[in-house]
Amino acid sequence: MTLAEKILAAHTDKKKVSPGEFLNVRVDLILANDITAPIAIREFRRMGVGKVFDPGKIVMVPDHFTPNKDIASAEQVKVMREFCREQGVIYFEVGQMGIEHVLLPEQGLVLPGDVVIGADSHTCTYGALGAFATGMGSTDIAAAMATGEIWMKVPPTIKLVYHGIPGKWVGGKDLILYTIGDIGVDGALYSVMEFTGEAVDALSLDGRFTMANMAIEAGAKAGMFRVDNKTQLYIKHRARRHYMVYEPDSNGTYARVIDYDVSAIEPQVALPHSPANARPVSQLGDIKIDQVVIGSCTNGRIEDLQLAAQVLKGRKVHPGVRCIIIPGSQEVYLDAITRELIGVFIKSGAAVSTPTCGPCLGGHMGILASGERCVATTNRNFVGRMGSPQSEVYLANPAVAAASAVAGRIVGPDQITA
Amino acid sequence: MLKGRVHKYGANVDTDAIIPARYLNVSEPEELARHCMEDIDKDFVTEVKPGDIIMAATNFGCGSSREHAPLAIKAAGVSCVIAGTFARIFFRNAINIGLPLLECEQAVSGTESGDILEVDLASGKIKNLTSGKVFAARPYPDFMAKLISSGGLIEYTRKRLANRRI
Ligand code: SF4
Repeated sequence: MTLAEKILAAHTDKKKVSPGEFLNVRVDLILANDITAPIAIREFRRMGVGKVFDPGKIVMVPDHFTPNKDIASAEQVKVMREFCREQGVIYFEVGQMGIEHVLLPEQGLVLPGDVVIGADSHTCTYGALGAFATGMGSTDIAAAMATGEIWMKVPPTIKLVYHGIPGKWVGGKDLILYTIGDIGVDGALYSVMEFTGEAVDALSLDGRFTMANMAIEAGAKAGMFRVDNKTQLYIKHRARRHYMVYEPDSNGTYARVIDYDVSAIEPQVALPHSPANARPVSQLGDIKIDQVVIGSCTNGRIEDLQLAAQVLKGRKVHPGVRCIIIPGSQEVYLDAITRELIGVFIKSGAAVSTPTCGPCLGGHMGILASGERCVATTNRNFVGRMGSPQSEVYLANPAVAAASAVAGRIVGPDQITA
Repeated sequence: MLKGRVHKYGANVDTDAIIPARYLNVSEPEELARHCMEDIDKDFVTEVKPGDIIMAATNFGCGSSREHAPLAIKAAGVSCVIAGTFARIFFRNAINIGLPLLECEQAVSGTESGDILEVDLASGKIKNLTSGKVFAARPYPDFMAKLISSGGLIEYTRKRLANRRI
């Protein structure tokens, strides 16, 4: 069995599962946010169930339109907050909260071998820790909150093997953009992407979170990594409960195996309006920009901010650019203060915000006007994603985003640091 | 039997196109329906009539997990969505809230925007009344058919919980 099949089987009463099979799977953690929780709560009530199956296994995070940007969004969070109080569900208030997919691993709520479902498509981020994690809708979450189980079809697994040593400014973001550019936005539809090879072994956990996060951008159900020493080190001080480490069998069956040589990959930029429009940054030509956003559940972790600071240190944001930097959680924010990154950002002329999804989904804190262009470290550049349907989003890694903020047009970090 | 006019789109229609995130500070289906497809087809909302059918090439509904997307489509009056393939989360969500989906590449390539279709959900038969052509959608797996016939996920779960208590 593959890694995904092993974990799924362990959460049923079966010894072996195979792709295509329908299962009822026990879940270890259920997640919802300020957009998806209100509908999940409405459906949960409609089921006529008084109590959630286990309040300690449900977490709700108000991260999308928070600190609340308007009355309607404040009402949504109120519904969620009151439900959490009533049921005893885990809740992170503004001041403790971060973007859910940065926050949950940090808090030790997700651990290797877990099955996690979340009413958010980027729930697949937790695959970086060797968990089987996947996004669903609000009604699925409501059913799971009542029963502790969810139906799933066992997905086939695609193995992606990354060979070689990546170049200086090439990170997890570039590997995943390159991969999506290669296989397309439905290249892994309904499948699990298992990321392996010495190039991903060399990535930090932050880089792996970035890759697993964008598995959904290729249509995948989950993006997974094996647990290694780095994973163990990451969870050592965070885990407060027992967990299991699963290894794929050496004779596991893969739907496809794809090999990449990363030494040939440059920093990538995905052009509007698809994450699959990835191009090497050096081939873009002269693209002037109005805004840069560094943050999100894709690249809002400490390593991302360190990369941005490395580029921005002693430099100024171009006068034609608004540069907005959003740490992914309070822990990341504090860490960035301790490491003196925030000072670097402010001196460079960037705006730094409390954790929020904010502009990533066009919510608030940096909405684009028509005709404007933004380089963002986020994961989606669909039409209208960050504001006006006539605006454009270019996806890149934090070093490229920071370099572009300085240059006023899209450039690689080498072009300004050389 | 469903009958309606086709609104046809290309591949990879994402959930931000179906309902932009800027409208997600509410969750009432009728409110959401007012902005359905707005960023890729601003006339959709004024032109759609009860019973109409959305048709798209492949990977319809990719992107976010927002259940607001099928809710908006359903509340706009759309009777079913026909596509070559659907994104995974959208597929679950639509089935869960009772928006019928049919997978059929042949129907997509053999139908123009504006054609009138007649759809029999039970048999998966799609008839293009404009051209006279007939197509067969891929049948649902048994498990999903059971889920649909129990009245969606909420009803299905309610029944399972009742059985557990006995
Ligand atoms: S940061 Fe963006 S992609 Fe991530 S959870 Fe928030 S809105 Fe979704």
